[in-house]
This record gives sequence, C-alpha cells and structure tokens, in this order.
Amino acid sequence: MLYREAGQFKTDYTKDMAVFPILQDRIGVGVILFIAAVIIPLFGSDFLLQAVMTPFLVFALATIGLNLLTGYTGLLSLGTGAFMGVGAFACYKLTTSFPGVNVIVWIVCSGFFSAAVGVLFGLPSLRIKGFYLAVATLAAQFFLSWCFIRVPWLFNYNVSGAIEVPQRTLFGVPITGPNSAPVTRYLIVLAIVIVMTWLASNLIRGRIGRMWMAVRDMDIAAELIGIRLLNTKLLAFAVSSFYCGVAGAMMVFLWYGGAEAEVFNINQSFTILFMVIIGGLGSLIGSFFGAALIYILPIILRFVPAELGVPLHAATVEHLTFIIVGALIVVFLIVEPHGLARLWQIGKQKLRVWPFPY
Amino acid sequence: MDILYKIFIDPFVQMGMAPDLLVQTLWDGLVAGVLYALIALGFVLIFKASGVFNFAQGIMVVFAALTLVGLHEKGVPAYVALAMTVAVMFALAVGVERLMLRPLVNQPDIILFMATFGLTYFLIGLGELVFGGNPKVMIASELGLPKGTIDINMLGGFVSLQKIDIAATVIASAMVASLAVFFQKTRVGRALRAVADSHKAALSVGISLEQIWVIVWFAAGVVALATGIMWGARSEVSFALQIIALKALPVLILGGFTSIPGAIVGGLIIGIGEKLGEFYWGPLLGSGIESWLAYFIALLFLLYRPQGLFGEKIIERI
Repeated sequence: MLYREAGQFKTDYTKDMAVFPILQDRIGVGVILFIAAVIIPLFGSDFLLQAVMTPFLVFALATIGLNLLTGYTGLLSLGTGAFMGVGAFACYKLTTSFPGVNVIVWIVCSGFFSAAVGVLFGLPSLRIKGFYLAVATLAAQFFLSWCFIRVPWLFNYNVSGAIEVPQRTLFGVPITGPNSAPVTRYLIVLAIVIVMTWLASNLIRGRIGRMWMAVRDMDIAAELIGIRLLNTKLLAFAVSSFYCGVAGAMMVFLWYGGAEAEVFNINQSFTILFMVIIGGLGSLIGSFFGAALIYILPIILRFVPAELGVPLHAATVEHLTFIIVGALIVVFLIVEPHGLARLWQIGKQKLRVWPFPY
Repeated sequence: MDILYKIFIDPFVQMGMAPDLLVQTLWDGLVAGVLYALIALGFVLIFKASGVFNFAQGIMVVFAALTLVGLHEKGVPAYVALAMTVAVMFALAVGVERLMLRPLVNQPDIILFMATFGLTYFLIGLGELVFGGNPKVMIASELGLPKGTIDINMLGGFVSLQKIDIAATVIASAMVASLAVFFQKTRVGRALRAVADSHKAALSVGISLEQIWVIVWFAAGVVALATGIMWGARSEVSFALQIIALKALPVLILGGFTSIPGAIVGGLIIGIGEKLGEFYWGPLLGSGIESWLAYFIALLFLLYRPQGLFGEKIIERI
C-alpha cells in the first residue's frame, strides 16, 4: 500500500538515472540517515556507539571494498586484512611524522598507500585468475603480515611492536586517542562511510562499474569489446584496497585506539569475505547487511542466552559463532546465492505488489 | 656489493663449509614437503573428482587428528579410536555430499569454493566445541609409531633423523602409490576421472555422482587423518595447525590442481625451498620468511606457467 510507485512518472533522463528513483526509497534513506546521524548519537549509550555501531560501520566499509573487487569485478581476494593493515600502519606513520595535519585527512590519504600496495599485488591478475589469484592475494596477506611484525620502522620502533593512537583534535575536540568521546568518533566514521558509499554507488553505476561487471561476467568477451583488462582489473584492485585501507585506518584510529599486527591476520580477511558472501556478492546494501549479521551475531549470542537464563561460556560462544557462521554461509550459498541483499529485494517486490501475489 | 655477496655467494659458501647442516636442512625440508604434499593430495583428490576446490582440507586434517586424540582422551583404546575416527570421516563425507554438494550441483566453481569456506568454519567450531580448544599430544606411541631419533655420522658432523619422519615418508609414499593405482587401474578410479572431466557427461553414462563424491571425500578424509597423525606426532594437535593447510595452496599451484605427481613434486619443492630459504637467506631479512616464501615461489612460477607444473593447459573460448 505504502510502497507503491504508481503515478511516479519519469519525465527526463536525469530522473531515470537517479540513485533512488522511487519516492518511498528516498524517504526511507532519509529516515535511515536521520536515525544514524541524529537519533543514535543523541540517545544511544556509549556501549552501543563504541562496541556496536562504530565497528559495524568500519566493517561495512571494508566489506564494500572487498565487494567492489570480488562482487563486481569477480576477482577473489583473501588479502583484505593485510590491505586494512596497510591503511592503519600508513595512517600511523603519517600522523606521527606530520602531526600538524588533521588526522581525518591522513585517514583518507592512507587509503592511497593501501591502493598502491593493492595494485602491486593485483599485477599478476592479468595472467592468473580464479583460485590461482586467490593464492596470489594470500601471498600479499602473509607477506604484509610479516612486514607488520618484522619492519620496526612501521611502528616507530615501539618496544611492544604495537601502534598506539596519539591524541588528535578537530576544532579543539579530541577525535582520536583515549580522551575522545565515542559520539565524536562514531560521527566521523559515519560521515566517512556515507561519503564513500555514495562515491562507490556512483562509481559502479557508471562506466567504470560497467567495465568491472563485464570483466566479472566474462573477461575474454570484455576484452573483445575493447575493455583493457589489465587497467580495469588494476583499477578494481586500487579502489578496493583504497576502501579497505581507509576502513583499516578507521578501525585502529577510531575504534580500537591501538593495534598489533595480529589484528590484520588472515582471519580478518576471511571475516570480511564472509560478510561479502552473506550480504550478497555485487551489492552495496548487501555489504551493510553482511557486516551487521556477522559482526552482531556474536554479540547477540553473548547477551541473549544470558538474558534468558542460560549463560554461555565465552569460549562456547566463540565456537557456536564459528559453527553458525559456517553453516550460514553454506545455507546462503544453497538457498540464496545472492545473499541478504536479494532477500531485501524480494521483500521490496512483495511489498510493492501487496496485497496481491503478483 | 656487500649485499650482493650476502645474497648470491655467502649462503653457498656456508653450504660448502658445513655439508652436514645442508643435509640436515634438506632432510627437514623433505619431511615438511612430504606433509605438505599429503595435504595437497587431499585437495587434488577432491578437485579431480568433483571440481571442488576444497579449502577445508587443512581443517579436515586437524579435525581428524583432534577426533582421534579426543576419543582417546575419553578412554577409548587407540586402535578403536582410529577406527571410530575413520567412521567419523566417512560420516563427514556423507554429510558433506548430502547437505552441501548435492544442493549446489552445477553451480559455478567459485560458489563451491566459498561453500568449503563455510565448511571450514563449521568444522573449526564443531571440533573446538566437542573436544576443547587447547592443544593436545598425539597418541603416536599408542598407535605403534616409532619414537626417537637416529643420528648418522656423516660429512664431518651428525645428521639427526626423527624416526617418525622416516615413517611419515614411507607411509606417504605408500599412500601416493596406492592412490595412483586406484585412479589409473580400477573401475571406480576411471569413474572418478570421468566425473572430473564433466559432471553431465559422467551422469549420462550412468555414473552415480553421489557415490563418487562420497568416495572421494572419504578418501580425502582418510588422507587427512594420516596427515594429521604424522603432523600431530611432530608437534601437537591444535587448530594452529590450520596454517599448514594454507601452505598446501602454493604446493597445489606449483603442481597443478589435477595432478597427483604434481602435488608430490610441488610439495617437495616448496618444503625444501622453504627450509633452505629460511636457513640460508632468512637471516638477511630478519628471519620468519618461511611464512610467505612458499607463496612467492609459487607466484613467480605462476607468472611463467599459469597452469602449474603438471596442470592441464587452460584453454579459454567464448
């Protein structure tokens, strides 16, 4: 009833090409943004902001990054964690070397370093593909993890081998470091994620996105219609790593407040990949769904049984999470290979024709 | 100049100066290589017969070893535990076929690959939930595996060989030989190869895909169990072992996904290359290069020959 587009006519091409052509979608997005940017910061507890929303947004951004590569360009990558690490370490080096520049600038700039590394490890993608390429990205994962431990220059020769986030301010308000309020950090993460999601959505709707999808669907055919494969694939690696790098920098600077190399290990890469699969390959909104499901599932497992009077051991929760995530992946691949995003689409379609089935 | 000397000359001088150390390093590499090759063999078995790139093979190794030790801890005699573990691996094969492969038949390879990721996580969670996450000691002596070391006096020094490593090498060779015979000479082996070529064509000549899949997953499970016992006897049984599963990937790349000899040769090259690299060139980079050296060897090789050493040439058409 409410979600029906009858009577909304498009009278020019601009309207036809709009991101949200349907009025109700525009209202919906507005409401979501309003809740995220106003309601949650005003009424959310510090726990909600610090331990649920901020990490969710960080993971969502990393998932978008991997989705651009795996979902849109069809290049499987298992090195996401390492690329996030490059972003984090680059940001750390930049802000300690140039403390005068605002840290938000460095968080965004660290993405470029990550992109450069991504391009380097994407170079073999012209000659090798599929599983073989996945192994090439594993090389990146292990090599970079090793660098984060063995190259002391990266963490300023700290004895602990970890990076600690120094305090940085914006207009006198601390935004990183131990004194910053969760609300400030949440708002910055939110702003960066919104802007970058918007950029990504425009990127994939345009020429570049279509090139990526052509490569994904059949790379030889794409080559035959005049798409330069190497450039396209490397661009996908660069953009994807850029997103992952920014996500990694945000993860350390605006969430953890400090990190060791261990944070960016292969399990991190797998977690992000699972978010992509469950959320839906080749879907931006799916990236958010996937991040929410995988990240919030352990939190639910920890708190809901305790509320119901069956407190689970911390280790048991972890094992159960593994089992459930593993089973979910298989179930999703069988039942709905396009993930939660497709379920969302089906739901919208049902709503559109409601109360009739067709 | 100094750095060039350190890279290109000094290691070889060291090798010449202390041949016993070289032999020892080579032996260590050989043993590691055999174990990598065994894991890779499990991959190849499944890939050959079902076209599934089974990421979970490494976890199956740990899971099998953990089940064996866990059952023994619960008071089951060693050989009964072994038999029960084999039964568990069979149940796993049936379960995977029923619940995972059958619904996914004819899906793109990448989807099946990702499904095995799910299986990996499922098995990690299940194994830890049932048997606990703490490391365990492999029941090597209860299973009648030799213990201790043999010191051989040669080349002006001692080379010490662990008996368990010798046993591992022998068992691995026997397994590979029997698998090769199985694939080449038996009726089921022929059916397996047919399925590998084309699911549809195999179905149309009356080969039961379901049976074949159960057989290969079971075979891979048994290979995993053997690997788990060997590897567990050298160190301990814990999920930290899953990292060795990832080591099998460069081995596969090097050898080609469909070739059993490839898995062996690849395993040996990676194992020996890795140990030599770590021992002689590692100190230049601050050691620990073992973790990525294998991948770089494989990657360099891939750029030269994308289908691996013994892999079938990839022909693409529209």
